[in-house]
Amino acid sequence: MPGLEVPTWDPETALLIGTILLEAVILYVGYGVLERLVGPHLMEFLVGGGSNA
Amino acid sequence: MLDTLMGIVGGSPEMLALFIGFGLVVGLLFGFFGMGGSFLVTPALLMLDYPASVAVGSGMAFVFGTAVIATLKHHDLGQVDYKLGVIMIAGTTVGIEVGRASVFYLEDLGLADGIISVVYVFLLGGIGLMITREALKGDDDGGIDHGAVDKDLSEYEIPEVAKRIQETVRIPPMVTLRGDVRVSAWVITAVAFSTGLLSGFLGVGGGFIRMPAMIYAIGVPTPVAVGTDLFEIVFSGGIGSYLYGQSGGVDLSIVAPLLFGSALGARIGSAATAIVDSDDIKIYFGGMLLAGSIAVGIGEIGTYLGSELLETIGLFLVIGAAVVVAGAIVFTTLRSLRATRSQTTVAAD
Repeated sequence: MPGLEVPTWDPETALLIGTILLEAVILYVGYGVLERLVGPHLMEFLVGGGSNA
Repeated sequence: MLDTLMGIVGGSPEMLALFIGFGLVVGLLFGFFGMGGSFLVTPALLMLDYPASVAVGSGMAFVFGTAVIATLKHHDLGQVDYKLGVIMIAGTTVGIEVGRASVFYLEDLGLADGIISVVYVFLLGGIGLMITREALKGDDDGGIDHGAVDKDLSEYEIPEVAKRIQETVRIPPMVTLRGDVRVSAWVITAVAFSTGLLSGFLGVGGGFIRMPAMIYAIGVPTPVAVGTDLFEIVFSGGIGSYLYGQSGGVDLSIVAPLLFGSALGARIGSAATAIVDSDDIKIYFGGMLLAGSIAVGIGEIGTYLGSELLETIGLFLVIGAAVVVAGAIVFTTLRSLRATRSQTTVAAD
């Protein structure tokens, strides 16, 4: 197919995309922990507690 | 600490705050509607005067990161059909590459900014009109049906169009998918290529068109379409980001703060789906897409006329529309929670 470019190995780009992947996983885990720790208190503050959100 | 962050993102504190805040809003919309959020990033970057390849490449890298987070969540819910996902990856990869090559070709001709913006105006406008119309009619086709989350996969009815395609196109090899759906692998590949082409050209995940395509052309149940779509975006977004990154199109100073905000926003948005019916806010979503299309149009006219005022109005309109809808989601969620709390208290009394 004209104009098609086969991806070639580029350590610098792989590191860049790997950094984004790592950031995503860290954020998923980090915010999950934060949600468990702070979530109930925050909900209590916002709606007065007793919610399952 | 702030200096280190500035070093990573390489921008001013104002830009850092803008990207984190915008990421929060986009994540909230993505978490709540399951689609559409990433649509705002590329036009916003274009209006901030980033080159088209950086706006599209960074938009795609942001979609990749957001999809990783969302897929981890959907995997836990058992809503990913890996067989369907793997077949789609092949078609999408070729589609993305053709779309990406088109962007660089148009950039060489000096036409990329204009054409990408025009396609955005029509696509955002068209989808915005469709969703607003469906919302006004009270139908359920404009996004995820939150009420259907607990339904068994076998209870989902295959749409008539999908049934017709399954009966007509029986070119081998045939594939059996979750929910007892049997379809030609060529149908899946065609859907994947078309959506990959758009994804590569516009730097979007393509979920806004792939999800309905999986439901109506392939016939898989809605939750499987959502989960598999996200799984597929991880790969297509990853490959697309890699290809753009090789050409210098991925800017970490844009992607990192956007992702930081969107990961939090997506959690809030997902939690809100358990409380608020999406029909309540769907009309705002359609309106937001329409406002986005108008904003890109105004920005382009501003660029053409050399009017900075029009370009600024366009930028504020696209960000403002997203902020209003995200605010509406948070407000409606808190109001629903408080109402539930009051009812519980009254019942207990």
